[in-house]
Amino acid sequence: MQFASFSEFWAMGGYGFFVWIAFGVSFLALFGLLWASTWQEKHLFRVADKELQRVARVKAARNNKAAKDSDLAIDQQP
Amino acid sequence: MWKWLHPYAKTEETYRLAAKLAPWLLGLGLLGMLLGTVWGLVFAPADYQQGDAFRIIYMHVPSAILSMGFYSGMAICAFIGLVWQIRTCYMAIISIAPVGACLTFIALWTGAAWGKPMWGTWWVWDARLTSELILLFLYFGVIALYASFQDKLQGGKAAAVMSLVGVINLPVIHFSVEWWNTLHQGATITKFAKPSMASEMLWPLLLNILALAIFCAGIVCIRLKNEIFLREIRRPWVIKMVKRAGEA
Repeated sequence: MQFASFSEFWAMGGYGFFVWIAFGVSFLALFGLLWASTWQEKHLFRVADKELQRVARVKAARNNKAAKDSDLAIDQQP
Repeated sequence: MWKWLHPYAKTEETYRLAAKLAPWLLGLGLLGMLLGTVWGLVFAPADYQQGDAFRIIYMHVPSAILSMGFYSGMAICAFIGLVWQIRTCYMAIISIAPVGACLTFIALWTGAAWGKPMWGTWWVWDARLTSELILLFLYFGVIALYASFQDKLQGGKAAAVMSLVGVINLPVIHFSVEWWNTLHQGATITKFAKPSMASEMLWPLLLNILALAIFCAGIVCIRLKNEIFLREIRRPWVIKMVKRAGEA
């Protein structure tokens, strides 16, 4: 241990400001990038899930309509 | 002998591998960084000339070395992608580029925070600093070029060519402190000579280099997964995976 107390550690021999902005911003950048990447992953899954549900809905509606249309065609037969 | 590599040309296999590796790499890297940083900040002895300001080295040197290392990795992917026409390699390029850019930014930022107390200035147009800034712009160029293509296969090829051309900057950065009279000091660790640093200072530095590399490789894995997902979103295996995730 190179420092006698926490305040001495925090002061970094008078260079505290420079040491802490160097480390602070570096870790902020690293974890920011990690956070953005994991957020994107979740976001992609959500978007893809929504799209799948939409496709299923469109398909169901089309089937429904096709069924109705064929019923109509039968009714109109002379 | 190298046949086991073949399946990884398929995006599905690469996705599985990246998914398996990511949590381990992130966890291991984080642990190593925690150890190395605490070791460097608290237990390593202060420098006889620079006092405690030298401790910035524990972030500066790892990020600077890895900014070049990740560029080399990206260029190797670019070469493989262009020669053997493997799409997955282009996805790897675009997953590495933002991580490399982040490392380059960290190297420049910590360098500035170190330069202010030691040289009396945040920035000089010195050969080492300028060539590292060019590296940042090369990373931006690769990202921007890929983003500007609608056809991502074309974009990947363009980005690959750009990253290969940019390799010329790596030796320039490396030898800048020897070729020109720079304010920046020479290399602390070299492969051939004995390091010009006490071993109590050196070990936490080596640990931090390794740990940061592992951590950033973990981020690359997550980004690679995202890129593959985005490109292959219409493929049956992705749809199956999304359905399974939706049910869970």
